Amino acid sequence: MARINSSAELEEIRKGILSGRDPNKPCISVCAGAGCIASGASEVIDAFKAEIEKQGLMADVNTKGTGCPGFCERGPVVVIYPEEICYLQVKPEDVPEIVSQTIKEKKVVDRLLYVDRTTGEKATHESDIPFYKNQERIIIGSNIKIDPKSIDDYLAIGGYSALAKVLFQMTSEQVLEEVKKSNLRGRGGAGFPTGSKWEGSRNAPGEIKYVIVNADEGDPGAFMDRALLEGNPHSVLEGLIIGACAVGSREGYIYVRQEYPLAVENVTLAIKQAEEYGLLGKNILGSDFDFTVKVHQGAGAFVCGESTALMTALEGRTGEPRPKYIRSNIKGLWDRPTVLNNVETWSNVPLIINKGADWFAQIGTERSKGTKIFSLVGKINNTGLVEVPMGMTLRDIIYKIGGGIPRGKRFKAVQTGGPSGGCLPEDMLDLEVGFDELKKAGSMMGSGGMIILDEDTCMVDIARYFLEFLTDESCGKCVPCREGIRQMLKILTNITKGKGREGDIELLEELAEVAREAALCELGRSAPNSFLSTLKYFRDEYEAHVLEKRCPALSCKELITFYIDPDKCQACTICSKKCPSEAIAGGKNRIHVIDQEKCTKCGTCFEVCPPRFGAVRKISGEPVPASIPEEARTIVRGSKEK
Amino acid sequence: MSEIIFQIDGRQVAAREGMTVLEAAQKAGISIPTLCHYEKLEPYGGCRLCTVEAEVRGWTKLVASCLYPVEKDLIVRTRSEKVDRIRKMILELLLAHAPDALELQNLAGEYGAVKDRFEKEPSFCIHCGLCVRYCAEVKKKDAIGFVDRGTRREISFIPEIASKECWNCKECFPLCPTEALQAAFVLAKAFAFPSSSLEHEPTE
Repeated sequence: MARINSSAELEEIRKGILSGRDPNKPCISVCAGAGCIASGASEVIDAFKAEIEKQGLMADVNTKGTGCPGFCERGPVVVIYPEEICYLQVKPEDVPEIVSQTIKEKKVVDRLLYVDRTTGEKATHESDIPFYKNQERIIIGSNIKIDPKSIDDYLAIGGYSALAKVLFQMTSEQVLEEVKKSNLRGRGGAGFPTGSKWEGSRNAPGEIKYVIVNADEGDPGAFMDRALLEGNPHSVLEGLIIGACAVGSREGYIYVRQEYPLAVENVTLAIKQAEEYGLLGKNILGSDFDFTVKVHQGAGAFVCGESTALMTALEGRTGEPRPKYIRSNIKGLWDRPTVLNNVETWSNVPLIINKGADWFAQIGTERSKGTKIFSLVGKINNTGLVEVPMGMTLRDIIYKIGGGIPRGKRFKAVQTGGPSGGCLPEDMLDLEVGFDELKKAGSMMGSGGMIILDEDTCMVDIARYFLEFLTDESCGKCVPCREGIRQMLKILTNITKGKGREGDIELLEELAEVAREAALCELGRSAPNSFLSTLKYFRDEYEAHVLEKRCPALSCKELITFYIDPDKCQACTICSKKCPSEAIAGGKNRIHVIDQEKCTKCGTCFEVCPPRFGAVRKISGEPVPASIPEEARTIVRGSKEK
Repeated sequence: MSEIIFQIDGRQVAAREGMTVLEAAQKAGISIPTLCHYEKLEPYGGCRLCTVEAEVRGWTKLVASCLYPVEKDLIVRTRSEKVDRIRKMILELLLAHAPDALELQNLAGEYGAVKDRFEKEPSFCIHCGLCVRYCAEVKKKDAIGFVDRGTRREISFIPEIASKECWNCKECFPLCPTEALQAAFVLAKAFAFPSSSLEHEPTE
């Protein structure tokens, strides 16, 4: 492909791409994001290609693997254009029917449509599905429209027009002013104003400056950046080039974790394509602006998501944070001024340039503008990526978009912000999501992880889980983090095992203060948050564990006992047959009894006992009733039945 | 280099621009405890024992004095209830690993740190990194390094380098505040030279 040498040429190429595409020609878009591929999307794409060939429709239909639209719960997701018919959980065996019915006959295959759990209503189009309808998808919405491996697809939806605008219609000061005016704040966690960060670097002395994409996403359960980099790599790249232009940088890096092979592949390809088109390299689009980008793969350390650790790793040294009394936008990579922004932050930039800061700033709240992508996971009906305007309440995200809690369970808490964040309880559900609001409540926005916890979750155990994660992921350099976390984890583990002692909670608070106040980097300083927020909102659970050796959520194994209620057992023998440790004395017409010595508390009996009997119970903090005597175990049918 | 006047514990202190608070304090004869600082090495900020209160334009924050650059009108308080509380806890956390280290015991006395507050895990090493950094920065040999991360982090000699460099050097030994280094070295020797005597080491 020839280089593009001016803004006009870019527009001509765009027109060329569009005129070669008939908007009415059917296009089968299959999500080829990591989640859908795991559920078999590649096989579905192959099946479509084979079926279309078989039916001789090659000239009449396009098939493409696209970026992730977010509805991972129901993947593989298929959208058929131009009608935008959305089919969910499509399997290769559904493909012949879709091709014959929808493509040839223009009929909808009813059984593959979205069905609302509560109303039973079906939705034909993507935009009718409540999961999508209640979102505002200014960033992630493009994913399903493009093949991430095709720069032409990105150009077709207006890609790189913001870059052309920046290079030919705006000065770099104007670009900076526009971003400042938009009040865009960093999507990586801390919410630092992006424009100020850029301005600091721009004004810092030195010829050489760097811009970096932080794609070292590592919070448990979070995959927003992954979906963007895999699904729409050019949008990130375009944002980065614009940033470089505003800051005066000629060299950029994409720091992406090695565990995201598809993201590495797609963004590497995107860079190559952009270079070929003259959108990267020397004299971009015929201007006097030069800029190159390199991909650097992270080697699997969570702490390298922290800005200074990321830069140290990029320099080829051990990825450990360094003291940050001078900001890295002044003195960062190789001590040069460096702007490091998160994937999602960069993705917002082309939109702000194209649509204007005023448009952007009208979305969101007073102090948090635009949208935020959350990865909604845990005990939630609609697992997936959701993009909502800042200021939407947690309740709307969880119930309107997420579809509530599965299996009729009760909501207990929402964990936001990853290991640095915290848990918010039910009475905080009307909190509007925003950087400051979440922080004030004792959690944080973080990069957008949102884990829903139901009534069966033990909050002490959640704090323990996140500290265990950090035990492995702390770099280990400073004492308050390395040793503080070590001791906090020990104490929390003891508490969940029923070995908590009076004074443990106070000791945890002391350790939390030292980590918070004296640790070297934000990982250590925020490490106690999962403990502090759960203590703030669920202190009674901590006290129950320590003082009564009771787990109110009936979740901590060492604190619960499984017990068969003799009045309810109908001797159906299911539990005794399923018990993996042969701990249940069963027998026909014999009330079943659990041998507590043999029981491993795996919970199988509890799961398999038919709900109409509900004979297996979990007990915590109270003595197990004595087993009924051998002679009383026989069930006399008839007399017992109502 | 211009001179910067600031305050430590109510005293006017003069320092060169670019100096850290710890350096300026030491120059002025004001003591701030530290376990990982050594004048020949780059500041590290690992032990956090040198944490002090720094007040800038009315804002007070806790900073590591070994890293914090001096600035005009800075007000430093080397002791406060909070600073002492943090130092006490740091010492208690380290005493779990090296209960008999003299330096820790002396500081423990000053800050009222309880030796057995936490369950003993005698690894001896307190991860001050003095040996690792001395070997890298002064000797430029990298014969010893940190391996692993988080709570599993430990120091380790690199046998290939150590076998060539360490016999005639051992300059890092006196830097170790807990004598853990000696133990690690012996261990490394054992790994590097599995046969009981060096003289009989087969050459290839």
